[in-house]
Amino acid sequence: MTINMTPHVPVPIEAAAPLPATDTTARSTRSSATPPTEPPAVRSATPALRVDELTFRRSGRLIVDDVDCTVAAGAIGAVVGPNGAGKSTLLHLIAGILTSDSGSALLAGESIMHLPRRERAKRIALTAQRVEGEVDLTVTDVVLLARIPHIPRLSSPSVHDHEVVAAALQRVGAAQFTDRRFGELSGGERQRVLLARALAQEPTLLLLDEPTNHLDIRAQLETLAVMRSLASDGLTILAVLHDLAAAAAHADTVIVLDEGRVVAAGPPTSTLTPQLIADVYGVRADVLTAPDGRPVIAFAPLTGA
Amino acid sequence: MTTRLTEPDARGSVRPAAARPARSYRSMGIGGALVAVLAASLVLAVTIGPAQIGVGAVWQSIAAHLGLGTSTLPLTEDAIVWNLRLPRALVAAFVGAALALCGVVMQAVTRNPLADPYLLGLSSGASVGAVSVIVLGWAVALPLAAFGGSLAALALTVVLAGAFGAAYTLSPSRIILAGIAVSAAFSALTSVVIFWSTTGDSFREILGWLLGSIAGATWASVAIVGVAFLVVGVPLMLGANVLDAFAFGDDDARALGVNVARARWTLLAATALLTGAAVAVSGAIGFVGLIVPHAVRMVTGHHNRALLPLSALVGAILLTWADTLARTAFDPRELPVGIVTALIGAPVFAVLLVRAKRLT
Repeated sequence: MTINMTPHVPVPIEAAAPLPATDTTARSTRSSATPPTEPPAVRSATPALRVDELTFRRSGRLIVDDVDCTVAAGAIGAVVGPNGAGKSTLLHLIAGILTSDSGSALLAGESIMHLPRRERAKRIALTAQRVEGEVDLTVTDVVLLARIPHIPRLSSPSVHDHEVVAAALQRVGAAQFTDRRFGELSGGERQRVLLARALAQEPTLLLLDEPTNHLDIRAQLETLAVMRSLASDGLTILAVLHDLAAAAAHADTVIVLDEGRVVAAGPPTSTLTPQLIADVYGVRADVLTAPDGRPVIAFAPLTGA
Repeated sequence: MTTRLTEPDARGSVRPAAARPARSYRSMGIGGALVAVLAASLVLAVTIGPAQIGVGAVWQSIAAHLGLGTSTLPLTEDAIVWNLRLPRALVAAFVGAALALCGVVMQAVTRNPLADPYLLGLSSGASVGAVSVIVLGWAVALPLAAFGGSLAALALTVVLAGAFGAAYTLSPSRIILAGIAVSAAFSALTSVVIFWSTTGDSFREILGWLLGSIAGATWASVAIVGVAFLVVGVPLMLGANVLDAFAFGDDDARALGVNVARARWTLLAATALLTGAAVAVSGAIGFVGLIVPHAVRMVTGHHNRALLPLSALVGAILLTWADTLARTAFDPRELPVGIVTALIGAPVFAVLLVRAKRLT
């Protein structure tokens, strides 16, 4: 493993290997000092999702403040940031559940705000962070909800709808509990079913609000693997992730929000720097480099807390 | 992109054999059985009563009136079947179906298992409308007045629950509290009307509205509640998808492309219309809208596509028998059917409350 030393922290793991060409001095440059730039991979193609100057106020307070970001088709974008940074709100704005005060969000060049509701629901699926209240539907019925925008009004789900539902459950490895009640499932099983539901909408953009929350490490990695496999099929994914290590290891683009503003956006190597983590979260972290070139983040314990 | 999910996936796993789940066939089977039970119940209910009338006589009378044969029945017997008992049984069935449907819809839209037309004040509102026109002697306007009253009660309940405010979502517990308040206010209004007009016939008639009775059913009543059921109830059953969308709350319904405000108002206005029609012909009958959906859920689960039609059928069967019991149990005296449903419903309601408490 190649390790990048950060200037102020002793080498934590083993003797320092020679620094790679992209050294820490370059990477610890505060990304917010320069305007957020598009990563090279994204610049070549038209981004699947493009958010321009999106702003949203609630009771006069800015929740999402002039946010710009892009995610390429077939890429995984991660939205990270402290609690209350506006991450969920950003997802809700892109999903069209909330209406922005200004700015726009474009999906494959089309304004999301101007899509008819049902058309929007066919292209964008959102998996919410929490499930409020009791849901007594069976797993199949929960996933069948995803077909609502596809089923003509006043008619029933077709055989095709049932096929899509079964395929979605299969895809996320939830095919074995189709007849169980959603309310009886464990946290990990619920997340899978909700992911299957999002898939059954057959969207081009998948918005996931903390898809790995409350999952054990195995279930987290499984969810992230499903996300990667979906992305390689061409689905564009934007996920709120609390776990910076997961964002570093799995996202193609990281969008760092702080108090509603984008403070960094781009590939994990250029965004998740020790300096940025210190500025945004107020914690010290080492950023190492894994053999695949992705950053590995190790946090220093807080002292005097 | 849109067909990707149904293609065999890259890891070579088999294409899932999906089609229609066995469960829908089971629901259809239950539905078919319930249709048969309802038909049998209607015929049996017509045969039961002080005058002995056989099943054959019932068929003969119906066939003759539909122009499918000639009747050899005595005129009185024919009149009992065609003018008294048959319209009464049909009204009971339609009212039961309508109230059960309203219960399913309201419970889904408010996400509260205790919602029903009675608890949310719709029945009280409709009663105020009905009682007022009876007192004023404008009985022709009765269905309209009942509908107006029920819509007014609904509007008040929703406004009180705060759905108009900044809050985007209707709170399940607030709407019940608001319903109780509105219900109390409208009951008080009805009492005021009664207090000012306690004379003879109108008093008896008013008491009928308050307790719920199908004793006065005519073919005109069948037409009122039957047309309301066909025009409002059938589309409600077909629109089960939208109702399902509320399962995970308002934001989730929005993410599924549902215009939440419009859908909620349309659905609630539809229940107000159905309740109004039911109250216009039968007064305020409680508990059917509450207990029938819960009983059916225990068998079919919470999927509204099956729940709506099956609840309507069970509601129809339940009220047909409740009304038969009401008019025969203490023969020759007759109980208002609302008392029968309350006697059945109150214990069930208590059980639901205990269960709901355990869940939270």
